[in-house]
Amino acid sequence: MEDEKLRIGVFVCDCGLNIAGTVDCEAVAKFAETLDDVEAVVRNKYTCADPGQNEIKKAIAEHKLNRVVVASCTPKIHEPTFRQCVADAGLNPYLFEMANLREQCSWVHQDEKEKATEKAKDLVKSAVARSRVLEPQIESEVAVTKAALVIGGGMAGIQAALDLADAGHKVYLVEKEPSIGGIMAALDKTYPTMDCSI
Amino acid sequence: MMDAGRHQNLTLLAYSEVEHVTGYIGNFNVKIRKKARYVNEDECTACADCVESCPVSVPDEYQQGFSSRKAIYIQLPQAVPSAYLIDMDNCLGNNPIACGKCKDACEKECIDFDMQDEIIDIEVGAIIVAAGMDVYDPSEMDEFGYRSYENVITSMEFERLICAGGPTEGHFVRPTDYKLPKRISFIQCVGSRSSKNGNKYCSNICCMNTIKDTLLLKDHYPDVQSKVFYIDIRAFGKGFEDLFMRSKESGVQYIRGIPGDVWEDPKTKNLLLSVEDTTIGKVQVHESDLVVLSVGVEPRKDMKKLQHLLTLSNSVDGFLLESHPKLKPVDAPTRGIFYAGCVESPKDIKDSVTQASAAAARASIILNAGKVEIEAITAIIDTDKCNYCGVCARVCPYNAITAPDRKSGVYPTIIQAACAGCGTCASECVQDAITMRHFKDDQIIAQVDAILEENNMDKIVAFACNWCSYAGGDLAGTSRLQYPTNVRLIRTMCSGRVDEKFIIHAFKKGAPLVLLSGCHFADCHYISAVTWTQRRVERLWNKLERLGIRPERLQLEWISAAEGQKFAKVMRELEEMRKKVTDKEVKETMEILAKDEEKAKAKKAKQAAAG
Repeated sequence: MEDEKLRIGVFVCDCGLNIAGTVDCEAVAKFAETLDDVEAVVRNKYTCADPGQNEIKKAIAEHKLNRVVVASCTPKIHEPTFRQCVADAGLNPYLFEMANLREQCSWVHQDEKEKATEKAKDLVKSAVARSRVLEPQIESEVAVTKAALVIGGGMAGIQAALDLADAGHKVYLVEKEPSIGGIMAALDKTYPTMDCSI
Repeated sequence: MMDAGRHQNLTLLAYSEVEHVTGYIGNFNVKIRKKARYVNEDECTACADCVESCPVSVPDEYQQGFSSRKAIYIQLPQAVPSAYLIDMDNCLGNNPIACGKCKDACEKECIDFDMQDEIIDIEVGAIIVAAGMDVYDPSEMDEFGYRSYENVITSMEFERLICAGGPTEGHFVRPTDYKLPKRISFIQCVGSRSSKNGNKYCSNICCMNTIKDTLLLKDHYPDVQSKVFYIDIRAFGKGFEDLFMRSKESGVQYIRGIPGDVWEDPKTKNLLLSVEDTTIGKVQVHESDLVVLSVGVEPRKDMKKLQHLLTLSNSVDGFLLESHPKLKPVDAPTRGIFYAGCVESPKDIKDSVTQASAAAARASIILNAGKVEIEAITAIIDTDKCNYCGVCARVCPYNAITAPDRKSGVYPTIIQAACAGCGTCASECVQDAITMRHFKDDQIIAQVDAILEENNMDKIVAFACNWCSYAGGDLAGTSRLQYPTNVRLIRTMCSGRVDEKFIIHAFKKGAPLVLLSGCHFADCHYISAVTWTQRRVERLWNKLERLGIRPERLQLEWISAAEGQKFAKVMRELEEMRKKVTDKEVKETMEILAKDEEKAKAKKAKQAAAG
């Protein structure tokens, strides 16, 4: 991996008019082409939709991309989508990076189209720079002890412990007082049913 | 309760406390102290023969002190486990001269004065915290004469007095003359919604509890006249408004206003309440035979101990902080730990049951899967660079790093499954021995370089934590809040990851202004990582000042995911600050830092030559 030549794909998303309404996406795409190691630049109306994702997969295969940058919305929405997309195309999902052109650019600079476009270019440049030094990561797994501890034997603790026990799990219910029941056990009737607490 | 006592998959450890917890999701090791009851729990049939023989009487906590119990007792008649225990603080002891009578009275020979506490070690994959809450105690402030007048009681005391299993067997009487009070006043929000006494938050349950109490009184004693003094009645749940209407229709008077003063008529022991009815704007005096304080709930007094035990943090109100207030309300920030009931926030039985089932379902996901995926965003240590200083172990909010031992040559180890990926250890390690996967130094510095390569004077380099500040920026976006275009955000998982060297590097590359923003202390998604961020920034401010660089050029802000407005405001303020930074100042800074770097290099070389 270390010696492999960098081949970065940049996918600029219009997000309908959400980004393209403010940012000159064509100019951003053209700018991306000038960046070092960028092999492919694709502009999409909606990169997150299936056709957009297919473009990414296609470009990974065609251009043997080993880094993918999507310039669209916040990673908090679609980072998992695109990670899955690049993984489906055989690329490690940690070799993917996003530039947030929507929440942190087009939507907050609606009256400054030129400056917003310049900022968008910077965001893409920054994401491309980061992508160059990204490394593949492997998510590891650990075994789970099939038992649960419930701390507190009031109403909530009893319910949680019984649900887990009914689901077939071994449960330890620890209560500080000599009896379970908690505060509920000291109540007479309870609302809204007006029935006994115990 | 009974079901929990006999379920074959459930081991009930009553009169027990969790003493120590180590490990991580899927693999927690727990030490539990099962306290000695001095009565064999399995053999005791709760026949009560022992009780008659016990000469010691103490106030019965379960009955709110309205009646007494013996030193050998059962907490409540329906106790689970259904077994007696000896309260050793009050027992005279097994001394033939002093006592030991219960031992003689127990035919089954269940009583064992030599019983010891038992330590039980268990291993579990998930933990549900359902430790509950405390009921607000109005005695400290003597609110509404609670401590001074016997006929002022709390809603918890009301429960025992009206309960058939209570000290009066359900005959509702007032404390001074054991007669049925004919006029009863309920005062709402005692210990809640106040900036003076008790807590600022609404305790959630008290309005409905009082409505229930008024209906119980009407049911048992139709002639009793109840009045409820309130700020607002919050009857928001399913079926709640119906109960409120039923209470009103039954003749209960609801008066909007909290009494300013309550005093006792010394002859009759009746109480006089002076209150402004805010619906008509008039001050009136109401006479009552009994006053019930509708007390709120608050975090457990031992909450800090519990938090320390499980590495949990609390919200501003003192209840346990959840992983996300809307989307992960049942999860603790520490993976594998879940919340149920009032330990997380005040809630009624239905909500507690709902949350408990949710917590059980969340825990089941882990237990059913049998394995858990550990995120790749974790810290790894290069022991070749480590000098055993141990700072990493000290700053880790998750106790995921074992402390090193210089003498025996043991390096710190990072438990991957316990590491949540805040990056504080990597930022604090002066040896640069810790790498934060996916947020490595060179990955972040590459972004800083890209931003400042051209037109550096126009740019503000801003570091924002993923969970709060970055999300606050996103909210500013979805809310279409407009702000100047100069800021360039660099996302890290936590502000704890922002190393001093990233900020210095930005200044070295000509940044006029740098912002570091993170979560507010109470919402830090990495428990206490943000406290280290603050310390680091304070350290850095001192350093900048020492070097002759204006510390104000490094700004620190706490912005939550809900504070889009604040995010936009901060961005506007930053731009004003940036405009004041001159080209000359930036150039000087770059020179100072270049010199400082030279000096540091020379010092290092000298040390290497000497060492």
